[in-house]
Amino acid sequence: MNRPHRFRPGQILSHVILLFLAFLFMFPFYVMIVTSVRSPAELFVPEFRWLPESFTGLRYYIQAVADIPALTFLKNGVLISGGILIVQLLTAIPCAYALAKFEFRGRDLLFALVLFSLTVPIQAPALPLFLGLNAIGAIDTYFAAMVPFFLSVFAIFLFRQTFRTYPDEIIQAARLDGMSEWAILWTVVVPGCLPSVAAFSIFSVTAHWNDLYWPMVVIRSNDLMTPPLGLAFFADSESGANYGALMAMATILTAPLMIGFLLAQRHFIRGITMTGVK
Amino acid sequence: MTAAVQLRNISKSFGETQTLRDVSLAIRPGEFMSLVGPSGCGKSTLLRILAGLAPQSGGTISIDGTGIDHLPPSARDIAMVFQSYALYPHMTVRQNIATPLRMRRLPAPARLPGIGRLWPGQRSKHNGIDQAVIDAARLVEIEPMLDRRPAALSGGQRQRVALARAIVRHPRVFLMDEPLSNLDARLRVTMRAEIAALHRRLGATFVYVTHDQVEAMTMSDRVAVMMDGEIVQCASPAQLYGNPRDLRVARFIGSPEIATISSDELIAENGGFAPVLPRDPVTVAFRPEAVLLSPAADHLEIPATLERIEQLGPELLVFLRLGSGTRLSARAAAGRIPLSAEGQSLSAWLPARGFMLFDANGRRLDAPHIREFADAG
Repeated sequence: MNRPHRFRPGQILSHVILLFLAFLFMFPFYVMIVTSVRSPAELFVPEFRWLPESFTGLRYYIQAVADIPALTFLKNGVLISGGILIVQLLTAIPCAYALAKFEFRGRDLLFALVLFSLTVPIQAPALPLFLGLNAIGAIDTYFAAMVPFFLSVFAIFLFRQTFRTYPDEIIQAARLDGMSEWAILWTVVVPGCLPSVAAFSIFSVTAHWNDLYWPMVVIRSNDLMTPPLGLAFFADSESGANYGALMAMATILTAPLMIGFLLAQRHFIRGITMTGVK
Repeated sequence: MTAAVQLRNISKSFGETQTLRDVSLAIRPGEFMSLVGPSGCGKSTLLRILAGLAPQSGGTISIDGTGIDHLPPSARDIAMVFQSYALYPHMTVRQNIATPLRMRRLPAPARLPGIGRLWPGQRSKHNGIDQAVIDAARLVEIEPMLDRRPAALSGGQRQRVALARAIVRHPRVFLMDEPLSNLDARLRVTMRAEIAALHRRLGATFVYVTHDQVEAMTMSDRVAVMMDGEIVQCASPAQLYGNPRDLRVARFIGSPEIATISSDELIAENGGFAPVLPRDPVTVAFRPEAVLLSPAADHLEIPATLERIEQLGPELLVFLRLGSGTRLSARAAAGRIPLSAEGQSLSAWLPARGFMLFDANGRRLDAPHIREFADAG
């Protein structure tokens, strides 16, 4: 009788390696969470303890919400990354559809420009953008935090790759059925490419939720701070040594992304493998 | 309901390559017209031009005498069934079939999913669409599957849904682009009969594209054979088989392929052919059923080698080779002829009259003794 697959030595070895790597990645998160529920003094003892000696419960969480405006940061994060995502989808999807499915003069040149733009990091046009926004008096607004990201060349590229694989015959059938090109795009093609949309949404929301650089350039007031900016600001000013509250805030601010990823994980992975983008 | 379709001098080029040259075709009202030809002959391109999915480079199309060249696909009153069925994957069968009617009959707000039903004054239209969908589904026998999605259907069922989606609009012209080529052999035969029956019941004009000559021959009123972007011959199936005007047509229609022998070789094999053939070198063609393996009146004997036998049950296909390597095939009733080893030498009897002659360009020559069959198709 053969032993079941899962008991083979090779399998055990690969699981040991995977478990080790998983531990390596999870450990900082564990420290974050455990620090948020114990007294800060425990951080500075020589030996590492897995469990809090004096459990502080939700005290630091209450502090994070009451003393530090963690909920405001959350709201700003949702507004800014959500706003960016919506405009990105509204602009990139029609653009990608045109690049993928229409024949027109200059199409290949346009797509080459899209690919070229992928290579420009936000730091390069940051100064002109800042000056421009300053000139129109838009510094320190939600708009300033979102506007450089409204047009995502990565989204255009990703959706173009997906739309190209969408069968032409279905689009032609829809034309014969009397649908307008807009109706075809939004009611036929996009519903068929949802995994890609989900994948891009995760990329985009993660990137802009976690972005520290650009909000730091254009956001001044506490009311408009995004999660990472708020975290950075309060780490070196008011709550300086209050690691418990800081970690509680970090937990609150990373939670939405973690939960969102867990929920959309299946679509996300399908979207990535489907488009061959890795 | 039925409509005549007229294609005049349609041409299409992609850059340098010309896929269609001056194609003209008059399809009669209610006719089942097949476009058949090897892949790359331009038949699908012609169908897409007719549907309005691709613009022609030159020429005009009219339906019932009215030009439709300027009309978008949806305004041409044409329905199309695609090779891949082209069903909307995220919609149920019911929604798929209803889509063409919803787009035509309902104003945009009433088409919104869910709340569309609440838009005022559309109830009778909604009910009319629901009823039309059920009628179309019943016609192709997919009524029990209305609430499934295409992914949950078999190939044959998807094909029926695609047919229902075309039927539901009652278009003047149906276009079908190789609709059966993704089905298995058995189902293809059944669906062939069903599409032919559907054509009789609807009485609409059908234009059917296929690369399978059997499909074209069994279903159509007339068949247009396309080669290299041109219609070589357009005639009834019987005429195409019995009276091809071009060697390429003769070769394409009929299985096994028609045998072609140069007149010089034929005369070398049996001098008796000399008086019945023209002086100039020509190509002589014999259908498999014209080749006999036993002596008969008005037939001349030539020596051949047995290459292979295919058993088809009631009959045999016998593949022969002449001395020069030219191939010849014969159809014979099973059990009538004692044949055994491959490589065996035997004799074949070819008719001394009633054969087809083609000139060096592959054009048909009307020999005096076959002129009685000739018919300008």
